Amino acid sequence: MYEKDGEKYFIVDSHSHFWDASRENWKPGREEFAKGWIDCFYGYHKLGPPETHWDYERYLKIDEEDFVRDVFEDGKVDVAIFQSTYLKDWYTEGFNTIERNGALAEKYPGRLIVNGRFDPRDGDAGLKQLEEDARRWNLKGVKLYTAEWQNGSRGWSLKDPESYRFLEKCRELGIKNIHVHKGPTIWPLNKDAFDVKDVDQAATDFTDLNFIVEHVGLPRIEDFCFMAVQEPNVYAGLSVVIGGLMHARPKFFAKVIGELMFWVGEDKMTFGGDYHIWTPKWQIEGFLDWQMPDDEAFSDYAKLTVATKKKILGLNAARLYDIPVPEECRLPEAAVDEPDYPAEHLKDAVPA
Amino acid sequence: MSTTVARVWSALGTVLDPELDEPITGLHFVASHDVSDSGVARVQLRLPTFYCAPNFSFLMVADAYDAVSATDGVTRAEITLLDHHASREINDGVAARAGFMETFEGEAVDDLEELRRTFFAKAVLAGQDRVARPLVDAGATPAELAAMTLGEVPPSVDLDRLRQRRAALGLPHVDDSPLLMHADGSALTTEQVPLHLRRARVTRIGIETNGEYCKSLLVERYGPGVAAAT
Repeated sequence: MYEKDGEKYFIVDSHSHFWDASRENWKPGREEFAKGWIDCFYGYHKLGPPETHWDYERYLKIDEEDFVRDVFEDGKVDVAIFQSTYLKDWYTEGFNTIERNGALAEKYPGRLIVNGRFDPRDGDAGLKQLEEDARRWNLKGVKLYTAEWQNGSRGWSLKDPESYRFLEKCRELGIKNIHVHKGPTIWPLNKDAFDVKDVDQAATDFTDLNFIVEHVGLPRIEDFCFMAVQEPNVYAGLSVVIGGLMHARPKFFAKVIGELMFWVGEDKMTFGGDYHIWTPKWQIEGFLDWQMPDDEAFSDYAKLTVATKKKILGLNAARLYDIPVPEECRLPEAAVDEPDYPAEHLKDAVPA
Repeated sequence: MSTTVARVWSALGTVLDPELDEPITGLHFVASHDVSDSGVARVQLRLPTFYCAPNFSFLMVADAYDAVSATDGVTRAEITLLDHHASREINDGVAARAGFMETFEGEAVDDLEELRRTFFAKAVLAGQDRVARPLVDAGATPAELAAMTLGEVPPSVDLDRLRQRRAALGLPHVDDSPLLMHADGSALTTEQVPLHLRRARVTRIGIETNGEYCKSLLVERYGPGVAAAT
């Protein structure tokens, strides 16, 4: 929890990791890809403020002590949500599996939530695994990588019939938050793999599930915005947006936040710190201090209010994950009704 | 031979990153270029990350091959993509004049021309913001903007680029073509102008923000001297 100017902010970091990219875990014969992956992350890491940079070797793998200090103590994150990433094609034990995340989560009950994953190409065995994971880890969410390679296939689509079987299973198991990676540099070979249209169709057909588009489809933020306008159950995951832009490219950060506020709205944006691509402290403090610039170029973008920041930094994700929020951090009842869609009137005007 | 080297550089300046709609020379994606005494042009390209999308990467290498091969004084072009997870496939595929699907046999389901058109269409929408924004700032009304033609807009690099992208897609691009238009080339009504401009702006911001990521990551990868290296 943060306190600033007498206001208390409940913090939910909805996109966190506890990865192992150590050299010992690089799969023999696949070292180049394992290294390429973490090097890519390290490039992003360096977009944060220089005083927060770590040396490369430390970046490969951190321990529990680092996590607790960076996220809970320095970062003052109330609840962090682990998004599991497997990448077993390159990392012998996986990059950031549900077991690895879950083992840490069990030590900090109430502070860590672990999300699972599925891949429709796994078929019946995958469905069974999802059931087991849901029971074992009490899953409320999954993180999906539609562009992930598997046995010669280089991606899948949420709107595939096989995918619908898994979404139906999620519904049955009480997994209601579907985080979808639609963001930069994740080896999409075919255009479908990073196109957000598949989320559009799935969100229409599964109105009782929430679809959180992580990294807001950043290479194609406009496609994401036009889609989010039409789907009340689509959310903007700000992972990589704050970490990658707020320090390195502040003007673009302002423009992206301004557009998201317009098209998606403050009730549907969720903070994600991407630990440990970056540590959360500078991102949260920076965002609390941040305001839309006064220059003429930003004049028709909304200013951020205390309520806006409370929602983005924690209350929106708390609602999605049924996380209890202390009384002193809540907003007045009137402000927490059904999410508001500021650009809903634009629905008919965006391209089909 | 130095004039041939200069011509190769100019040719590379016509090659676009399709996603960013900017020349690869300005993005510092050209790591080196030279021409041998026998006219063999050797060009090395580099990208911001190891995992940059292979489809866009392939387009840039293939376009560079075509542009450099067609340069006066060049007898043969050798284009090499460095430090990329699909370097080998892409380099070999382009050298063998194979298409994208053939190069990634069994992995790619679409060839890339449609992708290129998708991004030209985005560039056309973003370009309308680039050209119209100064007019809006100067007080042009929606009615004026809806009626305005390309010929009435002051000349600018952005205007030239907008015309070129429209021409590439077969969309109206001559002096009496409307400045603002729908994706099918038809004109807007006055009422449609404000939202159209918002769509144009977010599209431009998407492309430009992506470009900023690419530029920052390239510097992180190859060092702050990256801009001077070519």
